[in-house]
Amino acid sequence: MMQFMLLFSRQGKLRLQKWYVPLSDKEKKKITRELVQTVLARKPKMCSFLEWRDLKIVYKRYASLYFCCATEGQDNELITLEIIHRYVELLDKYFGSVCELDIIFNFEKAYFILDEFLLGGEAQETSKKNVLKAIEQADLLQENIDFQTSLFAAPS
Amino acid sequence: RPMLSATRPQPQRVFSGTPGGQKPAKMPAVSKGDGMRGLAVFISDIRNCKSKEAEIKRINKELANIRSKFKGDKALDGYSKKKYVCKLLFIFLLGHDIDFGHMEAVNLLSSNKYTEKQIGYLFISVLVNSNSELIRLINNAIKNDLSSRNPTFMCLALHCIANVGSREMAEAFASEIPRILVAGDTMDSVKQSAALCLLRLYKTSPDLVLMGEWTSRVVHLLNDQHMGVVTAAISLITCLSQKNPDEFKTCVSLAVSRLSRIVSSASTDLQDYTYYFVPAPWLSCKLLRLLQCYPPPEDGAVKGRLVECLETILNKAQEPPKSKKVQHSNAKNAILFEAISLIIHYDSEPNLLVRACNQLGQFLQHRETNLRYLALESMCTLASSEFSHEAVKTHIETVINALKTERDVSVRQRAADLLYAMCDRSNAKQIVAEMLSYLETADYSIREEMVLKVAILAEKYAVDYSWYVDTILNLIRIAGDYVSEEVWYRVIQIVINRDDVQGYAAKTVFEALQAPACHENMVKVGGYILGEFGNLIAVVTVLFCHLAPCSSTFSQRPRRLSKRCCAMSWLVHLQQTVHNSDQYYVQTSEVVSPVPQATVLEEMPPFPERESSILAKLKKKKGPGAVSVTELEDGKREGGELNGGGERGPETASTPSPSADLLGIRSVAPVGASLSSAGSLLVDVFSEAGPAAPSAAVNDDGFLRFVCKNNGVLFENQLLQIGIKSEYRQNLGRMYLFYGNKTSVQFASFTTTVSCPGELQSHILCRPQLNVQSKPVEPLVEGGAQIQQVLNIECITDFSEAPLLNIKFRYGGALQNLTLKLPVTINKFFQPTEMASQDFFQRWKQLSQPQQEAQKIFKASHGMDTEVIKAKLLGLGMALLDNVDPNPENYVCAGVIQTKGQQVGCLLRLEPNAQAQMYRLTLRCSKDLVSRRLCELLAQQF
Repeated sequence: MMQFMLLFSRQGKLRLQKWYVPLSDKEKKKITRELVQTVLARKPKMCSFLEWRDLKIVYKRYASLYFCCATEGQDNELITLEIIHRYVELLDKYFGSVCELDIIFNFEKAYFILDEFLLGGEAQETSKKNVLKAIEQADLLQENIDFQTSLFAAPS
Repeated sequence: RPMLSATRPQPQRVFSGTPGGQKPAKMPAVSKGDGMRGLAVFISDIRNCKSKEAEIKRINKELANIRSKFKGDKALDGYSKKKYVCKLLFIFLLGHDIDFGHMEAVNLLSSNKYTEKQIGYLFISVLVNSNSELIRLINNAIKNDLSSRNPTFMCLALHCIANVGSREMAEAFASEIPRILVAGDTMDSVKQSAALCLLRLYKTSPDLVLMGEWTSRVVHLLNDQHMGVVTAAISLITCLSQKNPDEFKTCVSLAVSRLSRIVSSASTDLQDYTYYFVPAPWLSCKLLRLLQCYPPPEDGAVKGRLVECLETILNKAQEPPKSKKVQHSNAKNAILFEAISLIIHYDSEPNLLVRACNQLGQFLQHRETNLRYLALESMCTLASSEFSHEAVKTHIETVINALKTERDVSVRQRAADLLYAMCDRSNAKQIVAEMLSYLETADYSIREEMVLKVAILAEKYAVDYSWYVDTILNLIRIAGDYVSEEVWYRVIQIVINRDDVQGYAAKTVFEALQAPACHENMVKVGGYILGEFGNLIAVVTVLFCHLAPCSSTFSQRPRRLSKRCCAMSWLVHLQQTVHNSDQYYVQTSEVVSPVPQATVLEEMPPFPERESSILAKLKKKKGPGAVSVTELEDGKREGGELNGGGERGPETASTPSPSADLLGIRSVAPVGASLSSAGSLLVDVFSEAGPAAPSAAVNDDGFLRFVCKNNGVLFENQLLQIGIKSEYRQNLGRMYLFYGNKTSVQFASFTTTVSCPGELQSHILCRPQLNVQSKPVEPLVEGGAQIQQVLNIECITDFSEAPLLNIKFRYGGALQNLTLKLPVTINKFFQPTEMASQDFFQRWKQLSQPQQEAQKIFKASHGMDTEVIKAKLLGLGMALLDNVDPNPENYVCAGVIQTKGQQVGCLLRLEPNAQAQMYRLTLRCSKDLVSRRLCELLAQQF
């Protein structure tokens, strides 16, 4: 089971965090700090897996962003690597050539997509079509509503 | 630059994330359906802040704004609430604390607008706090959404439960969710969420999730037409199967048939569940993982089908790839590795195991670092199977090469792990040598673990103990800083328990300490070993004294100090001249100047565990399972054969010391020895005896070996090893008994009793020391563990008999009963007495009454080596007097036996006749019985 997933930039800025195990905010911050440091210190071409504390870290860099998952010892590393890739594909498909800025400005969307794809640290739906269908349905609902609100309430 | 612009991540920095950096302040290109312009502006502002202070200022301004809006009189519309809650979320995710807004988020949950509800749930999921009032409100909102029958709302509610996963939520929903999961009219997407939601609740509160009546229907989700439902449900089923394998065992055949259908499907059959030409890789991996919760299927047809699947997966690995994309090979290999895990788990198909090993062998040389890493890791477990152990060993050169050349430390670490796992007696020397040479340049992060591994392998596969000693000393030389106490205590423990290596160890550390600079740990080990066994290099010391004039390294100065300190400076020859070094102190500073003398003088540490203090350390370091590989290996290779040859080196049970070997006192065959040579266990004889367990014949096998020494192995059979270590001062003694369980099975009801038969009771007191250990010995001795017992001994008056040690315990249901003679002999209470020639003969004449003298003439049982004889006489406890006897070939000794009531003066003369290979031994004591007893004891020592 995946324990958590972190997205961070080459500069070490955290862009998304998803925790599947209960931890205090303090612990989360500590883990994030240590792990970001560890992963950023690794050279390109190094192996995508490393043992860290009693977890197995699987990470991959896409453009300026690192996607980093912590899994339990017996979990399959390669399939976790492809979980990351599928998530990137989903973001890419949704935003259209996704870049880091999309995730910064639409962080809530990044969370919604992740929730459709993974739940409780396990794959919920691996079909790209099905995940995007669920998100797009929601967007459809949203667009209708946004149209109404923009008529009556001027956003600040 | 888009993230997916190339298969490989781009090294160029495309976007700067630092607030102060140069970056486009533009809005994102795509902002589908998002009307929260205020949020986007705020995010832009934050990104444009030039410093951390500016960012904090901007955030505080925003927080003040939001707070005033929330507190304001004007009721906020849903949109504004959503926007502000979303801003708070953003601020929180930047790493700032948020202490308000929860209520507004909860309000959003009951909005009937999807996007407001969605943001509300997101806020709760990320920022939940255990405010009970809030939880009640949240649960209410969730309850409404769950019963709304709107699948989108239901999914949001289920996601929220799965994300928060608190006990309160489990209490509220654990009984409701299984119903949603199996109901016929539930939408597929809701089923998927329900399955994983339930999994999360089961992990939080297993007691609240009762599958009971739902079990069978949940298992049948494996047959669901919708692949997404199966993918989600199987995670739940796997977790439940691990906890309740019996209730869920019908999942095995369902999983096999599902797997079979996927494996045999064409790459396009599964449509969107095919990933880069690989059909349903995630589901396949999960199915293979689920099967690892169970033994191989009993049903022949199911098993046949599964073996076919596994073969197909192995075959596919040899086929040319359908795509050059790394995603294709990763997905394909993910299944392959999971299949290999299953094959290893079954450990019953030699053909598949060997094929798996060959496949991994190919990966060991693959250009993808990830595959090399995984192959090394997977082979580690394969090495533990008896079917594939040999096949794994054929890759030794590749693995050694990986250890030397891999550029990534985590891969090198895997290589080191694999070398450790594939090590056995045939390749131990090579592997240990490679590990030692790697250690010289190894990354600091893994040195300590490497040191432990080398130490364990060296001990476990020591063919000769001199190699073991050399290896550990090398280890200290190369990586002294990383050699923990556990490691160097262990070498001392082994040397103490093995009298065949003591001489070598003493000589080797003696040599090692002559290096101009020694690691502190080397000095410590040297100190302990020479302290205990320095006398064993008596023979070679002479040589050393000739070879290396030692005057510069040791000068002696009489002063009272401990014996160990004296030994520290390894001046064995001192012991010959001044005998008991208690009264002497040797200037050690020149030799051991880096070590504070306090360290040198520390007490010898006790050995609480016989087998596994190092192993335990490694386990602790690596977490459970980390060393199971080698443990498994032991269990397997040694099978039922209990005389753990693998554990302790070639000689085990009856390894008498060289001296005892030749004593020829075994006319009455000792029970343990005769039975072990017959290949059965001592214990078998008594196992039939029932609870009454008659007392075994007294075993005095080890007894005579301890007349002239205080430490060593008293008794050893296939089950149990008993080591002793004792110290005597005046009429008092303390004996440490170490009971080591050599098996992997617990000894139950382990009790020991020390008794002094007959008259002995009034002559000595021998009792377990209660103030040191409240329990004399633990009633349970775990497999591989060692426990310690301390005996306090007080000599009241002189004695001839020996106290008896009775040991009872249960091993696999059978009661074991063993009685040993404890080597407490009268000579242990000797105080050496130095005297000049004149005094000696004067006293000799004073003890001239016939009953005061005892004499024996006997044939030499050993070589008549001067140094060996001297060492034994010193071990006896008397002072060995030079220049007393007119005949320089003869030995004379003097000493006083200290009992509580009186002192018994004793003089000894030993006259060897080299030609006839005979000795004449004469003792004169102020008490007649003592002469006789000492004469009896000593006559069997030479």
